[in-house]
Amino acid sequence: MVGLATVFGAGGGTSSYEEAANADLMLLWGSNARAAHPIFFHHVLKGIRNGMRLIVVDPRRTESAEWGDLWLGIDVGTDIALSNTMAREIIVNDLHHREFIQGGTTGFEEYRESVMDWTVERGEAVTGVPAEVIREVAHAYAKAEKAMICWTLGITEHHNAVDNVLCLINLGLLTGHVGTYGSGLNPLRGQNNVQGGGDMGAIPNKLPGFQDIEKDAAARARFEAAWDAPIMPKNGWHLTDMFAAMERGELTAVYVIGENPASSEADVQHARHLLEGLDTLIVQDLVMTRTAEMADVVLPASNAAFESEGTVTNSERRVQRVRKALDPPGDAKDDIWIIAELAKRLGHDWGEVTGASAWEELRTLSPMHAGMSWERIEELGGIQWPCFDESHPGTQFLHARLWEFDDPEKQGTKAPFSVVIDDPPVDRLDDEYPLRLTTGRRLDSYNTGVQTAGYTSPLRREETIDVSPEDVEKLGLDEGEVVRISSRRGSVEAPVRMDPGLRPGLVFMTLHFPDQVDTNVLTIEATDPKSGTAEFKATAVRIDKLQVPVGGGE
Amino acid sequence: MEAAPTEGERAAVDEVLGPPESGWSGGERTAVDARVARATPDRRHLLLPALHALQASAGWISEGGLNYVCERLPVPPAEAYGVATFYAMFSVESRPKMVVHVCDDIACRVGGAKDLIDALEGGAGPEGTSPTGASTWHRSPCLGMCERAPVAFLQQVDEVLAPAPSAPLVELINDRPASFDIDVPSSAPQTQDGRSDLHLLRRIGDVDPTSLEAYRASAGYEALARAIELGPQGVVQEITDAKLLGRGGAAFPMGVKWKAVAEQPVTPRYVIANADESEPGTFKDRVVMEQDPFALVEALTIAACATGSEQGFIYIRGEYPLATTRLEGAIAGARAAGLLGDDVMGAGFRFDIDLRRGAGAYICGEETSLFNSLEGKRGEPRNKPPFPVTHGLFGKPTAINNVETLINVLEVLRIGAAEYSRIGTPDSTGPRLFCLSGHVERPGVYEHEHGITLREVIDAAGGVRSSKPIKAVLLGGAAGGFVGPDELDIRMTFEDARAGGYTLGSGVVMVFDEDTDLVDICLRIARFFRDESCGQCVPCRVGTVRQEEALHRLVQGRTLGSREDEFALLGDVAQVMRDASICGLGQTAANAVQSAISKLGVFANGKGRR
Repeated sequence: MVGLATVFGAGGGTSSYEEAANADLMLLWGSNARAAHPIFFHHVLKGIRNGMRLIVVDPRRTESAEWGDLWLGIDVGTDIALSNTMAREIIVNDLHHREFIQGGTTGFEEYRESVMDWTVERGEAVTGVPAEVIREVAHAYAKAEKAMICWTLGITEHHNAVDNVLCLINLGLLTGHVGTYGSGLNPLRGQNNVQGGGDMGAIPNKLPGFQDIEKDAAARARFEAAWDAPIMPKNGWHLTDMFAAMERGELTAVYVIGENPASSEADVQHARHLLEGLDTLIVQDLVMTRTAEMADVVLPASNAAFESEGTVTNSERRVQRVRKALDPPGDAKDDIWIIAELAKRLGHDWGEVTGASAWEELRTLSPMHAGMSWERIEELGGIQWPCFDESHPGTQFLHARLWEFDDPEKQGTKAPFSVVIDDPPVDRLDDEYPLRLTTGRRLDSYNTGVQTAGYTSPLRREETIDVSPEDVEKLGLDEGEVVRISSRRGSVEAPVRMDPGLRPGLVFMTLHFPDQVDTNVLTIEATDPKSGTAEFKATAVRIDKLQVPVGGGE
Repeated sequence: MEAAPTEGERAAVDEVLGPPESGWSGGERTAVDARVARATPDRRHLLLPALHALQASAGWISEGGLNYVCERLPVPPAEAYGVATFYAMFSVESRPKMVVHVCDDIACRVGGAKDLIDALEGGAGPEGTSPTGASTWHRSPCLGMCERAPVAFLQQVDEVLAPAPSAPLVELINDRPASFDIDVPSSAPQTQDGRSDLHLLRRIGDVDPTSLEAYRASAGYEALARAIELGPQGVVQEITDAKLLGRGGAAFPMGVKWKAVAEQPVTPRYVIANADESEPGTFKDRVVMEQDPFALVEALTIAACATGSEQGFIYIRGEYPLATTRLEGAIAGARAAGLLGDDVMGAGFRFDIDLRRGAGAYICGEETSLFNSLEGKRGEPRNKPPFPVTHGLFGKPTAINNVETLINVLEVLRIGAAEYSRIGTPDSTGPRLFCLSGHVERPGVYEHEHGITLREVIDAAGGVRSSKPIKAVLLGGAAGGFVGPDELDIRMTFEDARAGGYTLGSGVVMVFDEDTDLVDICLRIARFFRDESCGQCVPCRVGTVRQEEALHRLVQGRTLGSREDEFALLGDVAQVMRDASICGLGQTAANAVQSAISKLGVFANGKGRR
């Protein structure tokens, strides 16, 4: 979100689902949406059926890649190299959108300079993808009438996550594939309301509606007036900052709502150690997570999906109503009730707060939500932000303003190109740790399994270390054999599974089964300073056969 | 890991599909495969041929073999499994390689099948068992050789024995040396009589079916030459003027159909010969294809010329090995002579024909099921509309015609619409093929003018064998109906049939003498429909089962309520199937049974009327 917000001022995917079904070409980059974003992928499938060309960039040949017309198996962490190579190829063949670059962007010259070294041959040497295939994709993307780039954690779970996002945005600006129907730049969201969380101000430097907490004094004043409370004009901490602050002893009390950092953090042993050192840990959740087990106070919460009234906002920025179907069991309470009650005990009586009343307040303070009355959201089956007043239909795709070349006021700030330097993963491969471990998700499970482990699935298999057929042979492994996987930080044991979607040197694990295999013991806590996202996608590991007891047998 | 194919299975599939494009579509993994994968081109329409190849190579379709096919086409394994299990000729479980399908359907039932089956049960064990593990036998629905009953189809060697001798068959199934020396009578007895007035059968028995030269020497390809001269609109006009009606059962005006396809703005357009002749008692198309295969190839080429199609298909039922071989030869011969290909007859149009074999599914004779089958899907019918002329094969405009209809086109062009329309009656023009079987003296395919009476048709086949009185005639096939001995003067025309409430169907005239057990015949018909219902729509899936159950209760005297209640129930079931089934199978599945009950009083007495 940081990358998009930096360039366009708003951290949202630019396109709607409908457009995904009507684009001519989609670059699915660092995303196994088939497994990780199955709802969005249904729209992609519609697109494929309508004749859209799907090109998948991913180190693994994933389930998503199997649906693609073309798959590019890049080396982990070489996304910037691929993007810069494509950019040069587009520019030297005069396929860039001169009119859009001229009228809607800034910084092209520096950008052009920065990518000129990236010949397709160099691109091949760095990414591993054959030069002619890079060329083919560059030309196809540039020439397509309606082309989208969609990405997820393969782009953002890197130490240079923001740069990765910026390099993809550069391609969109270069070709004019943004701000028109069917073209766009879209990070896919892993949950029904990740977008909503950001929109509502759950970002350290933004108030609800992406209003900057430090730079936008007027907005801050509006909130202070409405809330009758001062707001520090100072960015907060993101998650990684918080752990750093715990380490420094500056952060001693933490209130965790619906998160499970004791399982999900990179270098998880270290994270647990820090959580244990807190003076106060409060966890508000539906289930007894690993983090909740460590808490001083656990506040049992209701389920936001069907025991609560409110809204969620999906990947296409559509605010939708959530309705209560069941009363929560036992003493579990609605999140809103818990927070309001806490406020009351802390001396601020907000009266009776409901989903509707909270929303009504939000739309008086967030201009991009101003036109979304509770009734209109119901009536229209959801509304896509921005929606500035009650006659506004909502916005199908973002940044059409950039095309208003002749009306500077309408156009607003032009979109800047970003010079992005290729920077390989922090955890280097060497003779001791020769294998590149990347992590990801499976269709039947979600993240650390808190929400999915309780359900059975015919697709469910336990954690494995997925290995290419070539490495299985080279390392003398058997399928199902339990091996030790070690990184510079720790070791875990997991059974081997052969996966032809992997190439030699690349191995894969999920993070779904922390109780069985604590994958994040291996991962590196190399974090992007701008987004706070850790480099889950690139770990150097080694696989060792377990010692067979000497003189075993009868 | 997923089950892998054997070398043999891999080779058999590659024979159909060519070698794999890359490591991602079943080939060896290369260094490039680690970096790049391209979508495997969609060739799902080759699923049925690939499954045939697997079945033929291994005697069954193994998981590994199926996986390989799925990777190559590509098709999701669950869908390919759904297709493989749809067809009777395919087995997804290991079974003896030699499977003998023994027809126990209605014509063979009165033609010696019972004795044959008794002999097999006695000498080789019950159906489905295998004395040595190498061979086995099964009962089969009609194999389309009714004029030479009883019939056995040897799937693995792709050969039909008719009439099938019991003793060598017993030897074969016991895996002992067996020799078959079968005396084959003519399947078109009229051609033995020196008649010169035949239209559709005129080359049969006279012209070498394997020789293009012989075909051309007997006026072959003159119709195509005339069609090229007339041009597409001229051909359609000629067919319209000839008032040619479809012979597949629906009697749809051919001129209207071809015109509709020709006028579609959409391309490509397809022409298809529906040679999935599976209606019990029907074998006319088989005889034509075996004995005069070039005629069908020429006729389909004319259809292409008239409708602007560049690709044709002949979908032939899987149990017709000789017709398949003959058509393969005819297509190859036509191709070599420039009568198919990029410049047909030097006339500047492109056309070629793919021959596809069915795999044992009656339903695939229904035109939309046939499309699905050709597309590599389960052969389940589609809702109409949209109709094939706008949304047929692959959703494109398609002219699909029965073999006999297409052969008639040759005659229309050969003798001209004016003369053609003088044959028959004003509303039922042209000649008509009839499939005479059962208790007639000389069973076989007969050609008559529309307007002949049923009695004359039977008499032309030598009358009832041993001159016994007729008990009933099944007219139009299992989907048709029975007529009694008092109705033999009905005239064989479309208009008389419509007015009289009977159907000519596929030209089946199956004669039963007074000794026939009609209860047994009706039960077999009911079982046929239960077996062949594709199961897609409820009225047919459930109705065909309920119909058979009710008949068994009547036979066993264990009725639910009175016998009248059972007849009322059968009537209701029939009505629901007629009204609410998606396709003609369900709509006609009660016809024969209902006519037997209402016209002949079969099942009227406790144990049925013998």
